Amino acid sequence: MYKYDEYDQAMVEARVAEFSDQVRRRLAGEITEDQFKPLRLMNGLYLQLHAYMLRVAVPYGTLDSRQMRMLAHIARKYDRDYGHFTTRQNIQYNWIKLEDAPAILADLASVEMHAIQTSGNCIRNISSDQFAGAAADEITDPRPWAELLRQWSSFHPEFSYLPRKFKIAVIAAEEDRAAMRLHDIGIQIVEKDGAHGAAFYVGGGMGRTPMIAPLIKDFVPLDDLLSYTEACLRVYNRYGRRDNIYKARIKILVHEIGADEYRRQVEEEFAHVKTLGIDPPRAEFDRIAAQFAPPPLDVSAPDDVDRSDPDFAVWLDQNVAAHKVPGHAIVTISLKPVGGIPGDASSAQIDLMADLAETYSHDELRVTHAQNIVLPHVRKADLHTIWQKLDEAGLATPNLDLISDIIACPGLDYCSLANARSIPVAQKIATRFADLGRQKELGELKLKISGCINACGHHHAGHIGILGVDRKGTENYQLLLGGSGAEDVSLGAITGPGFDEDGIVDAIERVTDKYLSERAEGERFVDTFRRVGMAPFKEAIYG
Amino acid sequence: MVEHLHVDGEEPCVTLDAFLSQSNATAVRLESDEDARALIPYLDRLKLIEIAFPAFRDGRGYSSARILREAGYTGELRAQGDVLVDQIAYMKRCGFDSFAAEKPLSAADVDAALARWPHHYQGAADAAVPIWKLRHG
Amino acid sequence: MKLLTGNDLKTGAVTWWTGSDWSIHIEDAADVGEQGEAILHAEEGARRVNAPYIIAGEMTPDGPRPAHIKDRIRALGPTVRPDLTLKPADPTAGDWVI
Repeated sequence: MYKYDEYDQAMVEARVAEFSDQVRRRLAGEITEDQFKPLRLMNGLYLQLHAYMLRVAVPYGTLDSRQMRMLAHIARKYDRDYGHFTTRQNIQYNWIKLEDAPAILADLASVEMHAIQTSGNCIRNISSDQFAGAAADEITDPRPWAELLRQWSSFHPEFSYLPRKFKIAVIAAEEDRAAMRLHDIGIQIVEKDGAHGAAFYVGGGMGRTPMIAPLIKDFVPLDDLLSYTEACLRVYNRYGRRDNIYKARIKILVHEIGADEYRRQVEEEFAHVKTLGIDPPRAEFDRIAAQFAPPPLDVSAPDDVDRSDPDFAVWLDQNVAAHKVPGHAIVTISLKPVGGIPGDASSAQIDLMADLAETYSHDELRVTHAQNIVLPHVRKADLHTIWQKLDEAGLATPNLDLISDIIACPGLDYCSLANARSIPVAQKIATRFADLGRQKELGELKLKISGCINACGHHHAGHIGILGVDRKGTENYQLLLGGSGAEDVSLGAITGPGFDEDGIVDAIERVTDKYLSERAEGERFVDTFRRVGMAPFKEAIYG
Repeated sequence: MVEHLHVDGEEPCVTLDAFLSQSNATAVRLESDEDARALIPYLDRLKLIEIAFPAFRDGRGYSSARILREAGYTGELRAQGDVLVDQIAYMKRCGFDSFAAEKPLSAADVDAALARWPHHYQGAADAAVPIWKLRHG
Repeated sequence: MKLLTGNDLKTGAVTWWTGSDWSIHIEDAADVGEQGEAILHAEEGARRVNAPYIIAGEMTPDGPRPAHIKDRIRALGPTVRPDLTLKPADPTAGDWVI
């Protein structure tokens, strides 16, 4: 894992001092809320329905146990004993006091963490593959490149007042676990003629106008990674729309001028930017990459797992993935207990996960965009013990990628932008489909719920998506089918008229019944949908 | 450091259109939606370029400033308009060396803002040495 | 009736204008009539409230009730965490929101 040096530490400490001063000036009335708002947002502090909400960055979703324990400490000391892991691999606290915010940032800085650029019209936290460094299918660990981008984008003087927020994801595997092409810039590290380079996909996103990012450049030499990114951003900063907040994301610019024209402008800018010496020498990358060196895993560790405990075997089959080193495995801890709140974890649960990481996973944890937690480097021989400890804490729900592993934004229970509640719908669906045999019969089924059109719950990218809307003052839920955020990326289509809270649960049951009656051998829900189209599902839903 | 916080009694800036159609002006004002690169052929005779910030959220001027400095402009580069104390450190990094804020800035706040950051992660239009270069000598 | 609401600047807590001060309990909220804008500006300027706004509501036997569900959730707390609402001991409190 990346460790701060004196420079990194000085930067986060300067930020704490700066924000402390800004909070002081706000409380003293020296600046107005209008002036303070962009400053607090660049420190992840929102004003939400019930209080201030603080979003803490988890760069590329990677944490160690000390950092994880600090997250629990903050929940306990400054909030109400829990936190919410988000679809951008971050964590949010819902009950923060403005006057406590500087102290919280100082606590975070003491463990090399921060809330820098977790909101605002700037480059946000860089996201990545939660299996990075452990996945069998990656060509390299993408996180050193993500860290290089993190440093370059932190306090970037030119790109802190962009037309709109800007999200970058970096992956290095064919399987896309980070919804890479639904980002403003999706970077895939690829191999060509024995060398690694970056494929740039620019102009993806969800929200009001969902777009899949087109390929802008198939191979950018990695020594030019920052220069090329800078060129992409400069074109956007200069020509992205500022007249309409709903048309200000880069996807609209790329869509309006076309990918070819955008590429032409970026190439022209890049030819100039390249002369500025923005990319550090390889020695800097090597310094960062050395800190992501694979943990010392024992390749002779036993590869067999005792499956005699049937409940353990169910969890093993569902929540444990292959590791690139024999005798090891990747564990995904589900934060989706049936009837629970997707992504929420109590302080005690966060502490437990930290303990497990320290003892069994070479001190590493990951946050996934599906709001779960990963122990990336676990010996197979330890899996049963880990499962027992998780089970005692209510963290062993064996539902990864099943219909009850629901992504849900906080919705109208917490969020001031929301039009409808998301969590109660997730709870009702998970309860309706609580029978695990039934869930496994349905197989991989990614269900994603957003409480408004901003799509924090990734509803466009759900095999089944739900969008909460406000219809004349009452909550109403639209149903979408056929989306995907993975390497088979696609955008869901709306089935038709919306439903009330109970109606949407019934509609999903009709959809899944239809799938079971239509599916061909080996087809997932989304495969069947793509083969047969919307019509049979529409017929099943609306009659 | 900042050379000017307040400006008076100097030759007024002409608009970009007026500048491009007359040859003798030495001060020009660039609106936030105008292309800074239009000035590149004339940089050696310009003494002042004023870049408008109609609203603090409009960040186009940061790119305009860098483009002009990257093209070798050495004259005065002024940020004018909705310029707030919490932005001027970024503005200075992008090449601005004077600030004409609509709402007056306190000199003490400006000094504090400019002294805040011990280092910078990335290269920009100022003389600051990026952290990666400090790390590797 | 018209209600004036916002958040406490320091704590972020949801607050309601009582006619003379701010309360976290909507039961204390007063009808601001046509005075809302004037009170809003004065109170915001004095930093006794943050991000204030005026909403429609009705007076019921249980007290003032905001017209929109969002403000009813603000008044009570998250419907999915009854233990964190202002009425943790009342299992039916959530019904008021819907």
